[in-house]
Amino acid sequence: MVIYGVAILAVCMIVGMLLGEWLGIAIGVEANVGGVGIAMLILIIVIDRLKISNRLSEPTQMGLGFWNAMYIPIVVAMAANQNVVAALDGGPLAIVTGIAVVVISFLAVPFVSRIGKGKSESIDEGGRPL
Amino acid sequence: MIESIENVLVGNGLIFGFAIVGAIMVIAYALSKYATRGLVHGSSIAILLGLVLAYIGGRLTGGENGLSDVSLFAGISLLGGGMMRDFAIVATAFGADFREIKRAGVTGVLALVLGILLSFTIGVVFALMFGYTDAVSLTTIGAGATTYIVGPVTGAAIGASSEVIAISIAAGLVKAILTMALTPFLGKYIGLDNPRSAMVFGGLLGTTSGVAGGLAALNPKLVPYGAVTATFYTGLGCLLGPSVLYMMMRLIFGG
Repeated sequence: MVIYGVAILAVCMIVGMLLGEWLGIAIGVEANVGGVGIAMLILIIVIDRLKISNRLSEPTQMGLGFWNAMYIPIVVAMAANQNVVAALDGGPLAIVTGIAVVVISFLAVPFVSRIGKGKSESIDEGGRPL
Repeated sequence: MIESIENVLVGNGLIFGFAIVGAIMVIAYALSKYATRGLVHGSSIAILLGLVLAYIGGRLTGGENGLSDVSLFAGISLLGGGMMRDFAIVATAFGADFREIKRAGVTGVLALVLGILLSFTIGVVFALMFGYTDAVSLTTIGAGATTYIVGPVTGAAIGASSEVIAISIAAGLVKAILTMALTPFLGKYIGLDNPRSAMVFGGLLGTTSGVAGGLAALNPKLVPYGAVTATFYTGLGCLLGPSVLYMMMRLIFGG
């Protein structure tokens, strides 16, 4: 059933968020540490297991696929909720800092990507279209 | 008559939100096809339109939540709020390959730590150039350069002034918005075409909304890889900001 897919997603997210909260408490931070990331890892493993045991039915996948596809519209809604005015009104310090951070971080991406990259996989990655 | 329309639209805010975003997507894809001949992807135009609407909403109302502060469009805050955003980000993992994440895992963690240190340092350098010399203000503005959550969390913990906290939030917002807007255009020049570089990108930039929004417009298949590292960034930043980074700043600048 479609709801099974949605429910798997929901349970993974709640478990991940909870672990993220506990991780935050454990290290003494007032923030959720990686809750969404943990939830993603749990979901990937759960789906892997279900696929292997052939229990991931077509409707279940539809429940997961729908929210996967809703991602971009939700991001657009999120963009419409941003405090763009405050970002621009934050003054020149905030604006130049923001610009510099983004530009320098972008430039660092190719260099950091090269770290720890083996020979065999670079062929693999280069040749496979995403 | 007008009142009844308003009642229906406000009373069914989330549903109206779906309709609004659908309309934005139609306009964005039409602009992509006819105005840019497909050169600029529809979703990047849609995100830009969202940001423009957020600006207009913010200017009209003086609120903090963009378009959703206009009461008629309040429903869009449900659709674009943290809960739905996180739910949809988790859902993107449905298309991710666990082997890819494992393979680039160490590089991703490295990017995460480097990203926080890099952004923090840049923030501190610019704060110095603008005349801030005390460890508390420098740390807070540096933390704001990581994300707009780390900035105020750090600032509150170490007792920064509200003016400095406001600057740190604004710097983080500029970062998130620019990442969203620039990634689709610059992604191909920095090799953002495979899971590994997407994970590095998520770790270096760290702003979940910026990374996830930018990658969505560049190539939706890359979103889970960028998001899986980016979602650890803010937590790690909140951990390092008021502790290790603040200590370092006190050692260097005194106070």
